[in-house]
Amino acid sequence: MSVETQATKTPDAPRFARLRAFLDGDLAHGFFHTPSAVISALVLLLIALTAIAAPLLSPQNPYDLTQLFLDKAELPPIWSAGGEAPYLLGTDVQGRDIFSAILYGSRISLMIGFASVIVSVLIGIAVGLTSGYIGGRIDNFLMRVGDLVLSIPTLLVAILVSAIFRQLLPVSLRDAFTPVILTTSIAITSWVQYARIVRASTMVEARKEYVLAARILQLPSSKIMVSHILPNVMTAVLVTATLNLGLAILAEATLSFLGVGMPVTQPSLGTLIRIGNQYFFSGSWWVVLFPALQLSLIILAVNLLGDWLRDALNPKLR
Amino acid sequence: MKSLLRTSVAAVVALTLTTFSAAAENVLKWGAQRDVVSLDPYSYGDTFTIAVLNHVYEGLVRYDEKLQIAPALATSWEVVSPTVWRFHLRKGVKFHNGAPFTADDVIASLIRVSDPASPLRGNLPAYKGATKVDDYTVEINTTPNYPLLLNDLTNIVIFDKEWLVANHAEAPTDVGKGVEGYATSHANGTGPFKILSRKPDAETVFEVNKDWWDKPKHNIDKIIFTPITSSATRVAALLSGEIDFTNSAPLQDIPRLQASPDIKVLASNELRTVFFLFNRTDKTIASDITDKNPMNDIKVRQAMYQSIDIDALQKKVMRGLSRNTGSLIAPAIPGYVDALDSRLPYDPDAAKKLLAEAGYPNGFSFSFVCENDGYVNEEEICQAVSSMWARVGLKANLDVAPTSLQTAKFESGKFDVGILGWANEPMIDSFSILVQVVHSKIDTSGVFNWGGWKYPEVDALIDSAGKELDREKRLGFQTQALTKVKDDIAFLPLHQQPMAWAMGPKIESIVQLTDNKPRFWLTMMK
Repeated sequence: MSVETQATKTPDAPRFARLRAFLDGDLAHGFFHTPSAVISALVLLLIALTAIAAPLLSPQNPYDLTQLFLDKAELPPIWSAGGEAPYLLGTDVQGRDIFSAILYGSRISLMIGFASVIVSVLIGIAVGLTSGYIGGRIDNFLMRVGDLVLSIPTLLVAILVSAIFRQLLPVSLRDAFTPVILTTSIAITSWVQYARIVRASTMVEARKEYVLAARILQLPSSKIMVSHILPNVMTAVLVTATLNLGLAILAEATLSFLGVGMPVTQPSLGTLIRIGNQYFFSGSWWVVLFPALQLSLIILAVNLLGDWLRDALNPKLR
Repeated sequence: MKSLLRTSVAAVVALTLTTFSAAAENVLKWGAQRDVVSLDPYSYGDTFTIAVLNHVYEGLVRYDEKLQIAPALATSWEVVSPTVWRFHLRKGVKFHNGAPFTADDVIASLIRVSDPASPLRGNLPAYKGATKVDDYTVEINTTPNYPLLLNDLTNIVIFDKEWLVANHAEAPTDVGKGVEGYATSHANGTGPFKILSRKPDAETVFEVNKDWWDKPKHNIDKIIFTPITSSATRVAALLSGEIDFTNSAPLQDIPRLQASPDIKVLASNELRTVFFLFNRTDKTIASDITDKNPMNDIKVRQAMYQSIDIDALQKKVMRGLSRNTGSLIAPAIPGYVDALDSRLPYDPDAAKKLLAEAGYPNGFSFSFVCENDGYVNEEEICQAVSSMWARVGLKANLDVAPTSLQTAKFESGKFDVGILGWANEPMIDSFSILVQVVHSKIDTSGVFNWGGWKYPEVDALIDSAGKELDREKRLGFQTQALTKVKDDIAFLPLHQQPMAWAMGPKIESIVQLTDNKPRFWLTMMK
């Protein structure tokens, strides 16, 4: 019903009709009838909300060194013998509250994940549109750059980039800039996928009549690319971006686990797992288990959501 | 067809035979917390590297099972005059490449280690020169009445001169400055084991030297040395039998290891004292105070001292296994007196007051350089202390990285606060820390004076000790020097660190001395 009214209200926007039909009709319907999608969306929403509200929810600010007390170090979770309020999930060897650290850590992990996906999507779209629409030498050059990036393992490039940036920055700024460095290093290794997808779709779209019409009207290339072609290639980008969000979060965790990511003073989930790993044999299982669970939960939810989105937006499967 | 069959049978037989001989070999798999920095024992004054390379290279004298000085490549020695020592060399000793050991090798090695570019020259502070008397006699010239030459020589190992010349390795290498050479990746000593292969940071294989001059007190055929940085992985490797020995069992895992029937843990206090260093130049490295260096104010140093809750550190981070200290040297080191060991009390309020008096009521920030593979639980110590300092307003920008990266920062003075552990090895005398760390950087002295501290009075005391043959008088000078440094809080002592070795069921017996050096030439396997 609403589709019709909106469509009649804005008759000059036929190119949005397809997307809107998805959102209002099939897509939403499919979503509410796919339990895994609903559950993962809810879980993600909950994690995101608690992460955003971390300062309000957590009993301790794990980044504030003045709040860490050694005499509260390595307390077990509150339900085991020796557990202490308010340390719900216990503390690590520095007296860091695991529950608070997980909330703050998820914040960083999600932030870096989202930011790096957004940055790489933006780079990918810019490169892909230019490549696909203009073609020729520029296309050749941009795609060879992409091949070059793809030929080196993502993690290796990320380690290299973050190591170089860290060496360039003075010590006092290093901690503050680490999230930016991580975002950049993950983004510059993952834009190629988007660029290729956008380029392929652009080449197809560029031959269609509506683009020809726009060209006859002598609209500038930039306007044709951004407002005519882009909306029609976004679907594929959206799916890839969702699936890649999980990979980006995982990449950050891996870098932090390897010790080139977030510093111990502002731990992300990967850093927490790295710290906890050292105390696994000594019986302090809670230091590593809970952050690892949270990370798995985030990745699982993102992937399930991405999988569903891919199926839902794939015309062949419907 | 027949020949193919014959070949395959032969191959199977050969394979069985090799497996058999491999099983009969005693292979000791050693998992260490980090790799040696180089195969060149002169490339960095690092006790662990030297301890590993002591299996390959030997000095004129060595420490025996009771940590007493005993003959090694020299059989006897005498003091000819206050400045000349004469050493009679062992005959019939061969290097791993078969070359005979003679006086020329000793001279070449001494020239190499005392080169102005040698990072180890501080280990031989009194050396003035050496002359060959005949093929098996050398004379070493020292500063007058230098008392500790033999102690120094225990770890001045001897290279083969022809090998050095043939491979253009006469000049010393330096890990801190990134100077490498042939000796960085190749070795040719006289010791009980020779290097079979080496992959830096991955695996180094030692093979028994069957032509060793000494009667072996071990039954090992091969040592496979693997650095395993992650302590959890190291413990897992030991529990699963993947390694037989580690010289660095994580403190938090000792109860778990002891509970395992196959694993034996040897834990004790070692000679090494861990302390913090201050940048004492005019400029800070990374601080919000840029016009002067707050570390030069004794009130600031005292505030940093008094804000450290050493008992909590000992109990939680060190698992109750370290020995808190106010002294820079362990009680077993000559020069130690009880009075040195008292600590300023933990008092954060006093610390805040001191900072305010010094003109920093809101504290300040500074760089804090630490390693994550050096001393026992080093990273955890630095983190815990950072949060203790944060509570009095001091913001430490913690810079944690492996030793390989941090050494360069230390040697170039790129730190405001740093960490150092000094075991006084190989000298086993407080003269070691005094001449190498405390003394101003002059000639062979003060090689580890990384922060540019200067105490002329203390330097004079150390210099007097360096030419005093009377042991009691000498130790008197050294104690005085240590007291002056302590009174000025030139350094911030923490503790004597614990050492913990753990070994699997294949090891029968092992010798653990307070110098924390594994000696596999004294190790029996089952």
